[in-house]
Amino acid sequence: MDAPAPQSTISQPKLGFVGYARFFWRQLTSMRTALFLLLLLAVAAIPGSLVPQVSSDPNGVIAYRRNYPDTAAVLDFFQVFTTYTSVWFSSIYLLLFISLIGCVLPRTKHHFDALRASPPTTPARLSRLQGFTTRTTEADAATTIESARRLLRSQRYRTELYGDSVSAERGYLRETGNLVFHAALVGVLVAVGIGGGFGYTGQRVVVEGYAFSNSLASYDSFNPGRFFADSALEPYSIALDSFVPVYEQQNRDAIGQAIDFTANVTTTLRGEASTSGQIKVNEPLAVGDTNVYLLGNGYAPILTVRDANEKIVWSQPTACLPFDSNLGSTCVIKIPDGLDEQVGMLGFLYPTRGELSSGALASVYPDLISPVLTLEVYEGDLGLDNGQGTNAYALNTDSLDQIAGRTADAETLRLTPGDRLDLPNDLGSVELTSIPRFVSLDVHHDPSELPVLLFSILVVAGLVTSLFIPRRRMWVAATTDDSGTTTIQYAALARGDDPNLEAAVTEFADKHSQKLTVRVSS
Amino acid sequence: MTEILVPYSVIAVYSAMAIYTLAFVMFAVDLARRSAAAGEVTHAQRSPKSLRLAMAFTVLAWALHVLAVVARGVEAQRVPWANMFEFTLTATALIVGVFLVVQFWQDLRFLGAFITGFSLLSLGVATSSFYVAVVPLPPALQSVWLIIHVFVASLSTGFFALAAGLSIVQLLQARREAGKALKLRLLDTLPPAERLETLAYRLTVVGFVMWTFTLIAGAIWAYSAWGRYWGWDTKEVWTFIIWTIFAGYIHARATRGWRGSRSAWLAIVGFAAIVFNFTIVNLFFKGLHAYSGL
Repeated sequence: MDAPAPQSTISQPKLGFVGYARFFWRQLTSMRTALFLLLLLAVAAIPGSLVPQVSSDPNGVIAYRRNYPDTAAVLDFFQVFTTYTSVWFSSIYLLLFISLIGCVLPRTKHHFDALRASPPTTPARLSRLQGFTTRTTEADAATTIESARRLLRSQRYRTELYGDSVSAERGYLRETGNLVFHAALVGVLVAVGIGGGFGYTGQRVVVEGYAFSNSLASYDSFNPGRFFADSALEPYSIALDSFVPVYEQQNRDAIGQAIDFTANVTTTLRGEASTSGQIKVNEPLAVGDTNVYLLGNGYAPILTVRDANEKIVWSQPTACLPFDSNLGSTCVIKIPDGLDEQVGMLGFLYPTRGELSSGALASVYPDLISPVLTLEVYEGDLGLDNGQGTNAYALNTDSLDQIAGRTADAETLRLTPGDRLDLPNDLGSVELTSIPRFVSLDVHHDPSELPVLLFSILVVAGLVTSLFIPRRRMWVAATTDDSGTTTIQYAALARGDDPNLEAAVTEFADKHSQKLTVRVSS
Repeated sequence: MTEILVPYSVIAVYSAMAIYTLAFVMFAVDLARRSAAAGEVTHAQRSPKSLRLAMAFTVLAWALHVLAVVARGVEAQRVPWANMFEFTLTATALIVGVFLVVQFWQDLRFLGAFITGFSLLSLGVATSSFYVAVVPLPPALQSVWLIIHVFVASLSTGFFALAAGLSIVQLLQARREAGKALKLRLLDTLPPAERLETLAYRLTVVGFVMWTFTLIAGAIWAYSAWGRYWGWDTKEVWTFIIWTIFAGYIHARATRGWRGSRSAWLAIVGFAAIVFNFTIVNLFFKGLHAYSGL
């Protein structure tokens, strides 16, 4: 007797290209994949917080490369210094967003249909559902159901009659909120991606009494967005009239702590009258389509250098980099022309002079109470003529000789405002003319700001509605027996988390039977 | 500035800590009692003495704690959350406050030992390692967003802390319900795992909305203080990571195979990340949010 040959392999349908595409699409848009990508995104964000990022801490990256060149090479390979724009991080969030869109689109259609459809037919056995409860009344079934419908409608249920029963549903806003939340997240991403590309940021140091114009050449550093064009720079100028810091003087635990910074500026848009304004740390100034931020401040002493024949060869402010909270600062002055030799000076500025126990000078308060500027003077080759860019805030002494300072015959020069001292080797003289302040300003233009804000508000609104508005169905069915007594059944079904469902049914049943009683007795 | 109130604020903190210790002990006694009494049928309508005493101590300690926060704020003439010490002082007051208020909604007193223990430890670290004198606000913090952003962030940790506590109990309960040998008889007196999960979910959802708000409020503040709403600063990164973890938690409840213990782990990991963000990131990571005052 021949038995049918047992099938040895499970026959799978052959998947063509479209089949595979469908398969992967299903996988990608499944909740499980979305969850996996979401958690992967959380993990992937960690390295960027452990290693300095080019975007938020460029100096940290430079220092890291210098200190750990081998590790840095590995990190570079994996783009860890630019984690949040790296290929792998971008892939994760792009896949996540594709998955999100793939999930939200069909749901939107489904929800749209549900919004136009009637609540579903009343189930045959309400006793199986949540919050099932019954009441009796002397009113007939039709009256009972009609009053139940009216009550449901007053509670903003959508209703539909099915024989001697009413089917009701409310809380469509829950799903609407959910969809809005997810769509708004996509909106934020798109707004940042596109809008941010048209923006730019520029940094510029401005000394009191000086001005700068919003043009490429005048910035100390400039970061254009992907789609930036020069024409996007609105022509205007900003002059720094004064910078007024306020330092704590009463509280012994905080003497010298900054409590207020105000930059008084005059702005001039092309073809318009000048206006004066203020920039504070938390209060940027809107100029044209940009915002101008106050990010830093310090001192920019004006030195006047004369040659041996009393001819002024240099007279301009030098912004000094603060190295402590009392604005002790380092100043680098490079004078390539005018003197017999190229001269470089390395200065330390102490706004309020004090002395350490070692005898070294220090600043003890950030305001200009008793300022002193020390200068070590070098002569030789400043290295400016080889065509390569050099750091204006550092002095490379490789090809320079110290002519005044710790290792030279002449002592370090010490100047207070108004002092004038001779330079060694009959080079000429240097005068500390005055010590104005400087501010570092950040100029930002970001067309994505408004859309991102709007989408963020939608995110919160969508989130709140999707989490706290209960979506529920409720049914009321009535049957009248031979004695004329009508039994009313109430039951409900939660769609999503709905902690108060059963209480809501009981409350509704009580209210409804009370209404019926009132009507019957009146 | 006359520093009259600061000593009182400090005394109030230490007194609160002493009474939190008593509360913690009584909560522990209550848990021990639950272990012993689990087998018997409980007739008592009123809650046991140890538990009532523990709650009374907690309320008293919290009142002193709040007093310390208010005194600190009055003395500084600003909101009392501008450095590590003050963050810790205020955040723990909010955590205990949420714990107390939530009792009106659900009886979660079995988490008392967890909450008072956590707050006590935090206050201990704060007073011994984070303490700084009252100083004025630096210009970067002079913003209305300091009040909103930091307060909502701290308040949300109260909800996440309770949810984490519930999730830990849920994990224990789930093991026990699965028949794995776990001889903690006190679990008999606690709600079943599914109920714990539902409660943890509801608290987390509230915390999550607040955390989302914190993130956006922080972005708005960053926009006016630093000129960009998002710059992947270390603190921003960790706030984002925490948001993502809890977003994952909420989705996990709707994903087959992830309900129950797996999602409970996410709630616990999320809270651990919050503690990490508050301590390690604040103190050791380089970033713009350098306001620990240490």
